[in-house]
Amino acid sequence: MSVPLTLLGLLEREPSHGYDLKRDYDAFFGRGKPLPYGQVYSTLGRLARDGKVVAGEAEPGDGPERKRYVITEAGVTEFEHWLGEPVAPEPTLQSVLFTKVVLALLLGRDAEAYLDTQRAAHLRRMRELTELRRTGPLVDALLADHGLFHLEADLRWIDLTTARLDALAAEVRA
Amino acid sequence: MSPLIEARDIELAFGETPALRGASLAAEAGEVLAVMGASGSGKSTLLHCLAGILVPDAGEVHFDGQRIDRLDENRRSALRRDAFGFVFQFGQLVPELTAEENIALPLLLGGVRRAAALAEARPWFARLGLDGLGGRRSGELSGGQAQRVALARGLVTRPRVLFADEPTGALDSLTGEQVMELMVGAAREQGTTVVLVTHEPRVAAYADREAVVRDGRARTLSTGSAPVAAERVAP
Ligand SMILES: Nc1ncnc2c1ncn2[C@@H]1O[C@H](COP(=O)(O)OP(=O)(O)O)[C@@H](O)[C@H]1O
Ligand SMILES: [Mg+2]
Repeated sequence: MSVPLTLLGLLEREPSHGYDLKRDYDAFFGRGKPLPYGQVYSTLGRLARDGKVVAGEAEPGDGPERKRYVITEAGVTEFEHWLGEPVAPEPTLQSVLFTKVVLALLLGRDAEAYLDTQRAAHLRRMRELTELRRTGPLVDALLADHGLFHLEADLRWIDLTTARLDALAAEVRA
Repeated sequence: MSPLIEARDIELAFGETPALRGASLAAEAGEVLAVMGASGSGKSTLLHCLAGILVPDAGEVHFDGQRIDRLDENRRSALRRDAFGFVFQFGQLVPELTAEENIALPLLLGGVRRAAALAEARPWFARLGLDGLGGRRSGELSGGQAQRVALARGLVTRPRVLFADEPTGALDSLTGEQVMELMVGAAREQGTTVVLVTHEPRVAAYADREAVVRDGRARTLSTGSAPVAAERVAP
């Protein structure tokens, strides 16, 4: 998650104080990991240095939290460029899962038991996310759906691999 | 606590084809149990054995402390009518009947008088978002609406166990999730145990727990959290 670009995006709505940015960041994207104030202001400082935002006049009372930040043309351009770029499709390979299966097969260990354990863990997480999407606001449901579809894709791979274990074992040990 | 419904080591072959080879499965009262597995693994056969539709060649089926696989067809049929509800992949509504009559059907078949049966059916329309559709026949309902009618029909007798075989299999994912939401919500509300056959993980995620059928054998891979399950047992 890119904090600078996310803050730029939030600033594109309207000039905001660091406090407002943190509040909105936490509400939409924090997910139990609130953005520390220190990071908000250090990020805004770097964005200002790079000409992506400018800090307004300090309002009475002073201190950094009294400044309103405004996005610049360069900031808007950078944000729009980022927003339009597709994200790298990931993960390209279920690498840890894949490595464990191949190693288990190479060593003649119980790959099926491992896959079953993984399957149960995936479904447990899917149950949690299903609960979240049922009970939370739509934004949470959207995020939960994203997780659910990814986990489901993993599960399909786990099922297919389980069904092919004998053939895989023969090939790996050949 | 002993399970409400249980298959013990059951075997069943269709002619030369073994469909179940020693499958065991148990559901506690009030729980929602997902039965997963690849196509052809024996899920539907297992569900039919649990529900007393098929009789296993070997092994035992117990319901509410009673062995049911040895009962004769009449007694099993009465048990299905009185204690079980069913929802299948394709709603299988009776096309000649209205939605309201379809919902009331299990009550009518159980000998409830028509006016009383229809009165019991009526609250399900608001509950499942079917207001105004009571007079329609199945051909005049969307897939999701028809499946909600089928769900109401499965639950209208307040069965002890609802057997659902791929209940969302014919629906798009959003409609399927609505049906699952309503099914699990209504079942929990009335304390109905659900045995839910599905090959879709997103559907299975509505359950408390899942079992996987592989080559005619079922195994349970995970358990839900105990406090939640205990809470649901209460009426
Ligand atoms: N009525 C039947 N007659 C013959 N074979 C059947 C019948 N029903 C199921 N089978 C066979 O039994 C096996 C298990 O089927 P089923 O329980 O329907 O699997 P699932 O529901 O997991 O897809 C399959 O090999 C299937 O072809
Ligand atoms: Mg089936």
